[in-house]
Amino acid sequence: MDVQSIPELLADHLILGRFDAGSIETLAGCARNFHFGAGELIQKEGAPAELVYVLRKGDVAIEISAAHISPTVVETVHGGDILGWGWLIPPYRTLFDARALTEVSCVGLDAACLRGKCDDDPMLGYQLFKYWLPHLAARFRAQRLQVADLYGGEGA
Amino acid sequence: MVARVPETARIPSALLPMRARVAHRRQGPDDVATLSLCPVDGRLAPFRPGQFNMLYAFGVGEIAISISGDPGNADSLLHTIRDVGAVSHALCQLQPGDMLGLRGPFGKPWPVDAQAGRDLLIVAGGLGLAPLRPAILQALAMPERFRSIILVVGARSPTDLLYPEQLRDWAGEPALALSVTVDRATPGWSGMVGVVTTRLARALDRCDPANVSALVCGPEVMMRHCCLALEDMGVPPDAQWISMERNMKCATGSCGHCQFGADFVCRDGPVFRWDRVAARLRIRGI
Ligand SMILES: Cc1cc2nc3c(=O)[nH]c(=O)nc-3n(C[C@H](O)[C@H](O)[C@H](O)COP(=O)(O)OP(=O)(O)OC[C@H]3O[C@@H](n4cnc5c(N)ncnc54)[C@H](O)[C@@H]3O)c2cc1C
Ligand code: FES
Repeated sequence: MDVQSIPELLADHLILGRFDAGSIETLAGCARNFHFGAGELIQKEGAPAELVYVLRKGDVAIEISAAHISPTVVETVHGGDILGWGWLIPPYRTLFDARALTEVSCVGLDAACLRGKCDDDPMLGYQLFKYWLPHLAARFRAQRLQVADLYGGEGA
Repeated sequence: MVARVPETARIPSALLPMRARVAHRRQGPDDVATLSLCPVDGRLAPFRPGQFNMLYAFGVGEIAISISGDPGNADSLLHTIRDVGAVSHALCQLQPGDMLGLRGPFGKPWPVDAQAGRDLLIVAGGLGLAPLRPAILQALAMPERFRSIILVVGARSPTDLLYPEQLRDWAGEPALALSVTVDRATPGWSGMVGVVTTRLARALDRCDPANVSALVCGPEVMMRHCCLALEDMGVPPDAQWISMERNMKCATGSCGHCQFGADFVCRDGPVFRWDRVAARLRIRGI
């Protein structure tokens, strides 16, 4: 059973844990705890991006689906990651399906609430980007390598 | 009368292939074959993880292939070969009972022994698992000597994963923290998706980066990005090693075919410390 409070859970997180205690309390004001079972859909492409998930434990598959083909997993994200960025870009739509591969524990931050707090306190918003951007950049870098097909004509 | 061969005309033994017979052959993934070889002309010198043999397909040619067997088992002479051209194709076609020529072992090994007391991180991309397999087996034969042993394996897709049975065994090995990821998932794959670099931070989340030693093998781009990512995480550049490939002829440091900057890959490598080669790997065409 989870006995930690939401601020404690956020303070333990790889990215959000870098905020000071006051900012963590502010963020916690937008937060709720979530659990998903293996196989459960966490977010659906095209749906309003009302939540951003701060992943604590478990693995999540980012999927693209189309008619007549089974969903393709393009990336997996894990405990320590933040799931979703559609909540930040108008018109705030979820960009991909996300499905729990294992049991997933996460904290969901209400997107409108979070945007509001960042607007009210630009320093909080700036720090959020400062802490989150390197992580997003690493994911972009990885996806470029993925597209480059590293093992295409490889040797050992 | 038996004619005496003048001393100067004798071929040094390192240049003289010995015969070996294919004992077993395994096809896959795809255009890759793994041959288990049995020397015909006596016993081979013991090899160290990371070393390679020159394999000679009679009448076709000779190429460098890493040894991927168990260094603790003198009879385990295994080579995993991808069919990319004339010689590798001829070798991949060999069947049990067929003969080939073999020289070596050659080259500098992975410095596994010297990493005692450290967190040993092994990162294999694609066929790079073949030269690393002996190093993994060596480490697993003495796990108490390392603070931890971590293996990150990446492949293009689940069907491209090398040694799938071995990976299943290693997944249950308590001394080994294994993480497998693919660039492209296929239906039914429930594991990780993303390039190997995405697994590194998590693989090391219980380690002090300064105490990590990394052995990295795969395509050159992958090794470069892995080592840079490890450097960004704080793993010292002088605690990372990669294995290089260049065309080879003599394999003994005599002909210069495998020159890579100031080094000959056959003699000074194929295993190089990252800080020695990092700058050179950014120069195109070298
Ligand atoms: C130290 C060392 C260890 C090696 N270990 C292994 C091993 O364990 N397994 C293995 O399959 N190979 C390994 N190689 C690579 C192997 O030696 C080459 O694939 C081989 O020389 C190709 O010869 P070929 O006659 O079949 O092809 P070639 O006719 O020489 O080449 C055919 C085509 O393949 C391309 N090619 C050549 N070499 C490579 C390469 N290394 N990677 C990708 N494409 C290439 C060429 O550019 C060309 O387009 C190793 C190389 C070195 C130097
Ligand atoms: S292959 Fe001749 S010097 Fe390396």
